Order: sequence, then structure tokens, then C-alpha cells
Amino acid sequence: MKRVTRALAVVLSTAMVIASLAGCGGQSTKSNTFKIGGIGPTTGAAAVYGLAVKNGADLAIKEINAAGGINGYQIEYNFQDDELDAEKSVNAYNALKDWGMDILVGSVTSGCCVAVAAESVNDNMFQLTPSGSAVDCIANKNVFQVCFTDPNQGIGSAAYIGDNKLASKVAVIYDSSDVYSSGIYAKFAAEAENQPFEIVAAEAFTSDSKTDFSVQLQKAADNGAELVFLPIYYTEASLILTQAASAGYDFKFFGCDGLDGILGVENFDTSLAEGVMLLTPFAADATDEKTQAFVKAYEEAYGETPNQFAADAYDAVYIIKAAIEKAGAKPNMSVSELGDALEKAMTEITVDGLTGLSMKWTEDGAVNKAPKAMIIKDGNYSLIQ
Amino acid sequence: MSFLTYLINGISLGSVYAIIALGYTMVYGIAKMLNFAHGDVIMIGCYVVFTVVSTLSLPTWLGMILAIVLCTALGITIEAIAYRPLRQAKSSLAVLITAIGVSYLLQNVALLIFGANTKSFSSVVNIEPIKLFASTGNAGLTVTGETVVTISACIVIMVLLTLFVNKTRAGQAMLAVSEDNGAAQLMGINVNATISLTFAIGSALAAVAGMLLCSSYPALTPYTGSMPGIKAFVAAVFGGIGSIPGAFIGGILLGIIEILSKAYISSQLSDAIVFLVLIIVLLLKPTGILGRKIQEKV
Amino acid sequence: MKEFMTRNKDNIITYGIVIVAFVIMQSLISAHAVSSLMTGLMVPLCAYVILAVSLNVTVGILGELSLGHAGFMCVGAFTSAFFSKLTVNVITIGWLRFTLAILIGFVCAGLIGFLIGMPVLRLKGDYLAIVTLAFGEIIKNVINVLYIGRDSNGLHFSTKDALALNMEETGEIIVNGAQGITGTPKNSNFAIGIVLILITLFIVLNLIKSRDGRAIMAIRDNVIAAESVGVNITKYKLLAFSISAALAGVAGVLYSHNISSLMATPKNFGYNMSIMILVFVVLGGIGNIRGSIISAVVLTLLPEMLRGLSNYRMLIYAIVLIAMMLFSWAPKAQDLRARLTGMLPKFGKKKTIAEGGTDNGNE
Repeated sequence: MKRVTRALAVVLSTAMVIASLAGCGGQSTKSNTFKIGGIGPTTGAAAVYGLAVKNGADLAIKEINAAGGINGYQIEYNFQDDELDAEKSVNAYNALKDWGMDILVGSVTSGCCVAVAAESVNDNMFQLTPSGSAVDCIANKNVFQVCFTDPNQGIGSAAYIGDNKLASKVAVIYDSSDVYSSGIYAKFAAEAENQPFEIVAAEAFTSDSKTDFSVQLQKAADNGAELVFLPIYYTEASLILTQAASAGYDFKFFGCDGLDGILGVENFDTSLAEGVMLLTPFAADATDEKTQAFVKAYEEAYGETPNQFAADAYDAVYIIKAAIEKAGAKPNMSVSELGDALEKAMTEITVDGLTGLSMKWTEDGAVNKAPKAMIIKDGNYSLIQ
Repeated sequence: MSFLTYLINGISLGSVYAIIALGYTMVYGIAKMLNFAHGDVIMIGCYVVFTVVSTLSLPTWLGMILAIVLCTALGITIEAIAYRPLRQAKSSLAVLITAIGVSYLLQNVALLIFGANTKSFSSVVNIEPIKLFASTGNAGLTVTGETVVTISACIVIMVLLTLFVNKTRAGQAMLAVSEDNGAAQLMGINVNATISLTFAIGSALAAVAGMLLCSSYPALTPYTGSMPGIKAFVAAVFGGIGSIPGAFIGGILLGIIEILSKAYISSQLSDAIVFLVLIIVLLLKPTGILGRKIQEKV
Repeated sequence: MKEFMTRNKDNIITYGIVIVAFVIMQSLISAHAVSSLMTGLMVPLCAYVILAVSLNVTVGILGELSLGHAGFMCVGAFTSAFFSKLTVNVITIGWLRFTLAILIGFVCAGLIGFLIGMPVLRLKGDYLAIVTLAFGEIIKNVINVLYIGRDSNGLHFSTKDALALNMEETGEIIVNGAQGITGTPKNSNFAIGIVLILITLFIVLNLIKSRDGRAIMAIRDNVIAAESVGVNITKYKLLAFSISAALAGVAGVLYSHNISSLMATPKNFGYNMSIMILVFVVLGGIGNIRGSIISAVVLTLLPEMLRGLSNYRMLIYAIVLIAMMLFSWAPKAQDLRARLTGMLPKFGKKKTIAEGGTDNGNE
């Protein structure tokens, strides 16, 4: 009876190989559309970020297509799941290449982005990551970032806390198993030495134990911290705020862009987040016209409030549009020609987006924009003047 | 003082592990299978409560009852479709793998229905925290209402389960099935019904555990159940898998060890330390703290 | 020679399948007739095949359940990637450096397997499973807080953060905590992967046919009987476990030298991956080496082939996994298939020795 299983397996695998062969046959012929691919985790623990990027880019592309496309060319869009795994991310990249991708928006997370960048450089594929914030992401000349780099955020936060004399004793709670969080923490700690405050407790947690934060909070309190710096994502931050409140601690909290979205947690008691400060390029409650239009359209299309990842992706598509227009690029150019043209154009353009006004890029791929310091007041983000 | 606070925090974390471990150990004791999908049944239970209470604004008790009913039904269905056909399979690993498949399935169903965004769970417990040794200028110790309820629930469930297993006919049938499946059948016990009942009870416990887990730690995502599920599995093994009081002790100890190692050794390495303690305990007592010694027969 | 052929017919078929698969795929790739996705999948496929075959040594031949196999892969991946990063400017001959890296991954993973195996192999069944799971998680956790840097003063270690390395300005961080190792030279390719599979098969298949292998299988089938005829239980259990771990280390080397960003995440080196490897083994038939190869290939390709389904991909994958398990393991399904097979003409085949018992320590 094993024979049947085996025969079945062989038939199945052969069928799969053939199926995969059938759809391709080398490079697909160039058409009259720009094919933009996206990569990020749409399943698994980080799905919330991948889905936000997927939707944010989708919204921008629909808008552009409805308005007549870029230089008259329509955009086709394809987003692939990488399950937050570097290897799967490379698979997704290859699948998109088979589809005929011209330009890549992704990967969403740093580790995956580094792995994909090592492949995309061989094709000279133009790659713009909305949210891969590690410095290694942009090591290659074909990769650019929409978000701040981690060091930028760490140093920026330390400088902000120091310049505004928010506290003299600071505690940090960070995720030591996460690239984003440990990256920001490392630079924050380094910059803290030049600032008029002291880090009295640096407590970590890991992806395997991120439900209980009582110890980290207690340590912060025992060491007399006045402010707790949270270079983490909002899911854990919401737990930390809840637990701090129920244990009766009265810290100031300060976070980075990962904290954006905390007010969007369904059913979250926003009074707990009152007074939380965050250095972020985007806030869904900002009152400018552009943000409001985006938030409205996004809510209509996907039924939820966009977070900073969605905004980064939305900006990414408009940045690509600006770069294509600047370079006068056409869909019939090869991937590598397009890459050369857009890489040059990127250093010449200035884009006003949701996540920053007059964003500019240098050749190394990092973005130059001003972070906004926000404070949560009456259940809303408001800009600190 | 801070040691006492850590201890109390450890107990409240441990009580959550304990209540999940009770369901785990119950199913393991009778069906002799590691139900990896247990953590995900917990998550489904939380979503049911969340939908009823927060989205539809119906009373909390209704949500709790609905969650228990739906999880029970889910448990019975999973057992009938995915596990029962494999009960007589040549290797017990087959059903373990299917359980993993069910776990993926539940996570992805929840992802498609509820989305990936974190939801904040409203506590089903409405009891003021208890303050001990509090004086002016001294915060004292705080025991949250959730902790009190979780521990009491654990103890009540533990006592009820023990009584049920030892005093009722159905419970005796479970013991018989767990002792010797074939002999039980020969004695006229309906093995399928007994195992279904076990899954029903285990899944109802999962629903209760889910509500208490999310009341203490209110961030709900499709993956909420998986890590506590694994931790509870560790706790169940720690206490001696299959043993009902063992699950309780294992859970509480695991919580205390986790918190104390975070507090006094290293917050980065606390996972490693927890697992190391587990390994040492198992090396000294190979079947866990309250586990029965298995005698090898020729 | 003829006798050799008949005696090893089954093994030769296994090698043959691998070689033929390689020749077909390689010629298709050279002719640019395969998609980039398939081309990119070749090295990971080789790594997963090696993992499945190596875990089968523990689960199928030794009959013990291990849920920490990804931990050994992790050891192999990190030690070898660390070596390659360290010597990338010293040993400039690529193949030599990579060969050394493979040996290092093999030895380190094997050593860790040996050290872990010594105390824990006394445990049985689910208790052994949970202890191996625990070790896998410990390895992952420790690597996540490990920082190693190099400057003109030599190597610096820390388990706190990169700052605590106290390095000079010009120093280079090699292992950067959660960020792991970035920029490992990409030395793996399909041909090397196939060679490593063949070496793995050679080791494992010969082990099964050897005196040692028979002793190991005797332990699996009945510990007490084996002990009573003088089989050294501890020695043979450790032998099988260490070989299994060392081969997983080789798979790790292949994995880490194929990807430029090596991090120890729950996804690639956590218990999820260990379980995935176990799925390959169980679905392919416990103790059945050829089955492991096929199921590793099928299950790795499946989610990639389902990419067209977008958001439903992992849902369908889970359903297919459950269905496949029911189909291949449920006694009723097996009866049904036996009846169907009865109607087909027989293309007779003997059972391999390794398939003899499908029991395992989990009973």
C-alpha cells in the first residue's frame, strides 16, 4: 500500500514541476504596463505589517491608474507573502521575477529585505523598501528606503529626550529577538552617553515571552526611572501600558514609529496611552488634508485605520511614480535599464508624502526627512510644536 | 519586598499557564496525544468572546457561554474529522502531525475572518485589585482581580475534574480507556464517545483558559494562543503529563521560574533558563514532578 | 558485482532518483527553461532533503522523537557562516573555504548533538521530545543575544549588546545579536547541494545496512531484548543521535551560505521548523529514506506552487497537509488503497529493512 502513496507523491511532484515550468519559459515579454511587485509577511505573526503595506501600495496604485497612470502607462501590481522568513522572501522575489516584475516595493521587514537585496542587486532591479529599516537593507546601490534607518531613530529619540529634558533617568524595554527593536536600542544606548540623561535599566523580552512585562516595569520603577523608552511595536506596547496602569506605575512613555497604530487597536482603552510620546513620520489623526484623504480612502477600501506601514507603502508608490516621471522611463526598458534610470532619478527628486514633506534621497539609499514628535492627547495623536 | 512582588507576578503568569495546561493534560491522559491545536482553540474562544462582547455589545456572560459552547463543538468536530481516523494508525506520530495541520488551519481561518490587527480584549473579570501591606509612600503589593479569579478557577476546575474522573461513570470510563483502550472496549465502554467527551471537556477548558489569558494579557491576534500553548505544554510535562494536579503545579512553577529568572538573572536569556530548568527537572525525575513511573515490561 | 547489485538494488534506486532529478533539473536550468522561482528553490530543497533524511535517522532508525532538529541546523548554520565571514579575506579559494565550512558545521552540530544526547537519551517518548524541543529553543535564544566582533585586537564577545563589545572604530561586528550574520558569501549551489545529499544518503544507507545500524534498529524494536543480547544501548543511541545532528548541521551550512541574512527567528530555527522537518519524515513514511526525500520536496514546493491563491495560500496548505496525513496514515484509507492496488498489476518491490518497523518511541 506504500506503493500507492509513493506513486501518488511522484505524480504530484512531477505535476508541480510541470506546472511551474508551464507558466514561464524565461523572461516574459515586455508589455505596456509597469509591473510593480511587493513582498511582505501576509500570514504569520507579522501579518499585520505585511497586509498594511500590501493595502497601502494597492490604494496608491489604484489611484494612479484611475488618474491615467504614470506617463500614460498603467501599473500592474502583485504582492507575495514571505511569512517573515528570509528564505521565503527570496522565493517570493523569484516568483515575482517570473511574473515579470519591473520594480519592487519591499521587503517589509529588515531581515527579509537584506536577503532580497542580495538577489535584486544581481538583476539591478530597482527596490524601494517602505519599512525595512536596518542599515544593511540599503547596502546595495539599487535599494532605497522610505522609512528612517534604525540608527537614525535611536539617535533621534535620544537627542529628543535629551534636548527637551524629558527625564534624567530613563529605562528601556526592547525586544532582543527583533532586528528593528534591538537595532534602535543599540544606537539609543550609544547616543545616551552624549545626552544629559542616564539609562538606569535596559530590560529585554523575546518573541517567545512577550505577554508578561511585570518584571521589566518593576525594574524600571526600582531604579527610579521617570521615562520608559519603548523601541517596539504597538501590540506589545499596548500590553505594557495596560500592565503599567494596573500595577499603578506612573511613567512617561516614549516610542518610535513602531508605536504608531496603538490607538487603532480595536477596543483599546486609549486613556491608558494618554501622554505617550512618539517620534514617528505618520499619524492617522493628523489634520492635514493629504493624510485625511488617505485615511478616509483606506478605511473605505479595507475597513480599518491605516498605520504607518500602510502610509510608507502608499508613499513608496508615489515616490516610484515621481522617479519614473523624472527619468522619463518606459515599461519597455529592461529591468536593469530601468534600475539605472531610477537610481539616478531618486537622488534628484523631492517628494511630499504622508510620511514626510520634501523627502530627498542620497546615493546610499537613505531618506532625508524630518521626524515628527507626537503626543497622545485626549485619545488622539497631536503634533508637539 | 520586590521579591514578593515578583513572586506574585510569577504566580499570576503561572496560573494562566496552569489553566491551559489542565486542558492539555486532560486530553493527553486519555487520548494519549499531544493536541498541538489546543492553543489555537483558546484563541478561537477569545475571538468569540471579543466578537460577542466588544463588537456586538452583548453582555459578557453571553459571550462566555457562547465561547464555551462553540469551543466544545469545535473540539468534538476536530477530534471526529482529523484525529479519530488516525487513532489506530501504526505510529502515534501521525496524529501529532495532523494536530499541527489543524493548528495552522485554525490560525489561518482566524486570520482571514478577523484580520491580523491586534484587538484589545476587555477583561471578563470585574474585581478590584487587592492591595496588601500598602501604606503611605509605599505601593505595597497588588494582586489583580484576574489573578485571583484565574487561581480560584484553576483550583475549582482541578477539584471538579478529579471528582469527575474518580466518582462518575463517565470518568471511570475515561480512566479505563486511558489505561487500556482495547480492554475498555471489551468491557462494553464506548471508546469513541469517551474520547469525544474528553475533547469536549478539554476544549471547554480551553475556552475558559482563553478568556482568562486574554483578561490578564489583553492583546488578541490569530497567534495569541500558540506560544502560551507551547508554554502550557511544557508546564504539563513539567508537572507530569496526564496528571491533573501536576498540570497545576507545573504551570505555577513555570510562571515563577520565568519571572524570577527575568528579574534576577537575565531578561534576554529567560527563555533559555526556563527550558534549562525543565531539562534538569526531567533528568532528575524523568516523568515530571507528579508523573507516574513507567515500568518497562519484557 | 552482480551480488552487490542485487543486495543494494534498493539503495541504488534511491541514489539514482537523486542523480536523475539533478540531471533533469540542471539541464532545464541551463536551458533557461525553468522559472526563477524553481531555480532559486533548488538549494533550499537540497537543505530540506538533507534535514528530512537526517531526522529520519533519529525518528525512523533509532525510534526516538526529536522536536529540536532545527537547533542542530542552527548550530551548523551559525558556526559555518561565522567561519566563512571570519576567513573570507584569509582563505580566498572559495571551494576550500566552503569545504572547511561544511566540515565545521558537521563537526560542531555533531558535537552539540553528542553533548545533548549524553544526558537526555535516557528519557523516553514525549519527555525526550520536550527536552529536545527545549534544547532547540535554548540554542535559538542564546544565538539571539550573542554579539561577536573583530578588530585589530582580535575577537570580542558579549551577550549584552553591540556596545558592550568595546570595539575600535574600524572593528567589524560579525554576529550582531538578533540581526545575526549578514553578508555570508553565497557559496551554496545546486550541484554542491546534490553532492551533499548523496553523501548524506551514503552515510545513512550504509549505517542502516551495517552492524551498527542493525544494533540501533534492535534498540528501536525492543530495548530490553537488545540489551540482553549485549547491545550497548547508550553507545548506539548516541551514535545515531550524533550522526543525525551532524547531518542537520550540514543542511544548516547549505542554508546559511545561500542567503545573505542569517537570523535565528522562530520561523527558521524555532520549534516550528523542527516540527516541519518531522512532518516531512512522518508523511514520507517513518524509517523510509526515499519517502523522506519525496515528501520534503513535495511539501517545500507546495506552498510556493500555491502562491497564486494569495491570502488563501496557507489555509489551503493546512487543509492539504491534514488530507495527506489522513490519506497516508489512516487505517481505513490504507485498506481502501490496498484494495485499489489489488486491482492494479503488481510491480513487485521488497520492503527495505528500515521500513521493517514503523513503531517509534512515542507509543
